[in-house]
Amino acid sequence: MKRLLIQHGRVIDPASRLDRVMNLLVIDGRIAAYDAHPSPHDELIDATGKIVCPGLIDMHVHLREPGREEDETIYTGTAAALAGGFTAVACMPNTEPPLDTQATVEFIQHQAERANHCHVYVIACVSKNREGKELAELGQLVQAGAVGFSDDGAPVYDAELMRRAFEYALMFDKPILNHEEVRELTHGGVMHEGLVSLLLGLPGMPACAEEVMISRDIALAETTGGKLHVLHVSTAGSVELIRQAKARGIRVTTEICPHHFTLTDDNLRTFDANYKMSPPLRARHDIEACLAGLVDGTIEVICTDHAPHAPEKKMRELDQAPFGILGLETCLPLVITHLIEPGILDWPTALAKLTCNPARILNIPKGTLAIGADADITIIDPDVHWTYDVHQSRSRSRNSPYHGWEFRGRAEKVIVMGQVKYRWNG
Amino acid sequence: MTAQFAHRHLLGIEGLSEHDITALLDLAEEAVEVSRQVEKKKTTLKGRTLINLFYENSTRTRTSFSLATRRLGGDTIDFTAVGSSVSKGESFIDTAKNIEAMGIDAVVVRHTTPGTPQLLAQHLGVSVINAGDGPHEHPTQGLLDILSIRERCGRIAGLTVALVGDIMYSRTARSNIWGLKKLGAHVILCGPSTLVSQQWQEIGVEVAHNLDEILPRCDVVNLLRIQFERQATRPFPSVREYALLYTMNGERLERAKNNILILAPGPINRGVEVTPEVADGPHSAILEQVNNGVAVRMAVLWQLLGQ
Repeated sequence: MKRLLIQHGRVIDPASRLDRVMNLLVIDGRIAAYDAHPSPHDELIDATGKIVCPGLIDMHVHLREPGREEDETIYTGTAAALAGGFTAVACMPNTEPPLDTQATVEFIQHQAERANHCHVYVIACVSKNREGKELAELGQLVQAGAVGFSDDGAPVYDAELMRRAFEYALMFDKPILNHEEVRELTHGGVMHEGLVSLLLGLPGMPACAEEVMISRDIALAETTGGKLHVLHVSTAGSVELIRQAKARGIRVTTEICPHHFTLTDDNLRTFDANYKMSPPLRARHDIEACLAGLVDGTIEVICTDHAPHAPEKKMRELDQAPFGILGLETCLPLVITHLIEPGILDWPTALAKLTCNPARILNIPKGTLAIGADADITIIDPDVHWTYDVHQSRSRSRNSPYHGWEFRGRAEKVIVMGQVKYRWNG
Repeated sequence: MTAQFAHRHLLGIEGLSEHDITALLDLAEEAVEVSRQVEKKKTTLKGRTLINLFYENSTRTRTSFSLATRRLGGDTIDFTAVGSSVSKGESFIDTAKNIEAMGIDAVVVRHTTPGTPQLLAQHLGVSVINAGDGPHEHPTQGLLDILSIRERCGRIAGLTVALVGDIMYSRTARSNIWGLKKLGAHVILCGPSTLVSQQWQEIGVEVAHNLDEILPRCDVVNLLRIQFERQATRPFPSVREYALLYTMNGERLERAKNNILILAPGPINRGVEVTPEVADGPHSAILEQVNNGVAVRMAVLWQLLGQ
């Protein structure tokens, strides 16, 4: 019997509405008891002054394997996840080949087992080969372990296919996660369309390109009763559309990435490709609307859209550099420094968006410290001041705009199934 | 040649101060005098080598930079992307670094993508001069336009200058706007609403779509070429309709101020932006612009490399 006692930490479990200082006992990889006293056989962790919460869940990452191992592998990506405080990630299917068969889903699971870092869940393709023409074999993908469906990297473009995907996925009660973008409106775009793109002469991606597609998907979700999850929301109009749809009882959820509430299109004035992402960094008023959405619960998940790209790819002319940035190791510090410290969100609300909310949307048995739950635990030092050095990243890539940023707080220890998988050495 | 210029690169006019711009214009006026002399060649850049790194077609800008370098006693080498290692898959930065390793002193870069001069400046140790980066900036063109205005009008402050045409895709417009504003001109952007966004007003310029309405107020009209090659979708129904609304012709000239100055950074589409009678008439400074181009580029090279 393996026993681990985490002592004197502030235990915050939003799923159980738990927030108090106490001891947490783990036995054989499961949460066994609260307020337990140490016994001679316990491995002890002193969490005085620390926050003890369910292991963080990132429901939107790109691990690049198979096919683009020069950018990331499941081994390096999950190592970065641990360093960021995540005990579970859900990876997107835009690999090469895409994750549209049982074999490819099982390959991810086997590689994750070999890596032996954190849990990896698979978001499988909506359409065969991500071509947007025919439904992938969703039932078989569910049997293989897929927890949701997406053609991420690209939207499900055909409205009829999207409608059928919603209807068919209902049989398995799985969400359809869509990258919301009308490509006729963003063709050639490298950044948000606004004053900054006008001044820089860079082709823009208007906010309405996201909002038009979200409107369509809300209508389809309403028609079918399907579960829509809007990936990486970024505009004020999008947040309002989702808020109204929720009020009408439509099954829609959404997520936001830290870069969409900490950076603006103004950062592109540097012409640095590390600020090039899709959806693009938006204007100040979009950020304010997104923060309001986080506060009122319209946006229930914070994810990273961790998108590693090898340096030689990002070091290109801006129109040739790929979209996306690293996210796993900077997400929690950005949440602490830019949402919790300024008082925009309190700890339980912020942690809910990183734990039980993504678990609920993907319907996975994670994101709680309830008695009997898997002992996936993140211990956070909320007070430490540190500077992010991308060259120290566990990821295989280096494409982060946050290099050199000073942060407050970070994951200090990460426990997966009762085993300490990560310790920050300072 | 005493003006102080605290920049290592010329990436755009947006980053220059009023003082910087005036210093370059003053120096360019001296260079104009050099060009008028029988013995045009100086030794300021003797032993210096400049490379024209052109990833987009150009004749007049490249020739103008080469001429400017030679008049200052330097050497130039032309590099064009077509037929180079670029077609073998070499990246832009690697190509530039290889060229730099050959011992050059400055790079004049033209590229279809905004921001490429900034990218070069981050990775190279030598001076970088922007000769046009997509629709972003074309600082020496902006400076030569402003020099041509200052020569004819004697000043910039207080003038009303209209930039007419394809503002959306024009790097000349973006350099002109910053330069003219910093020197105190009132700038009007005029053209179809699909090419002239109302958002420009946020930086303090006037936006208009009716040329005939604004013309009586203008001291200078700078006619910008329609950049058909950059437009993803046609922003107006037909060239004929565009010409009807925006061509600077004799009839419009009659309704303008008596001493109106007409500029057109070449190449011009005769009959589209401007009719021949206007382009070749007394109000036009089109050929002076070309001559001033060499002078402005001499001034820039003088400042960046001549110290």
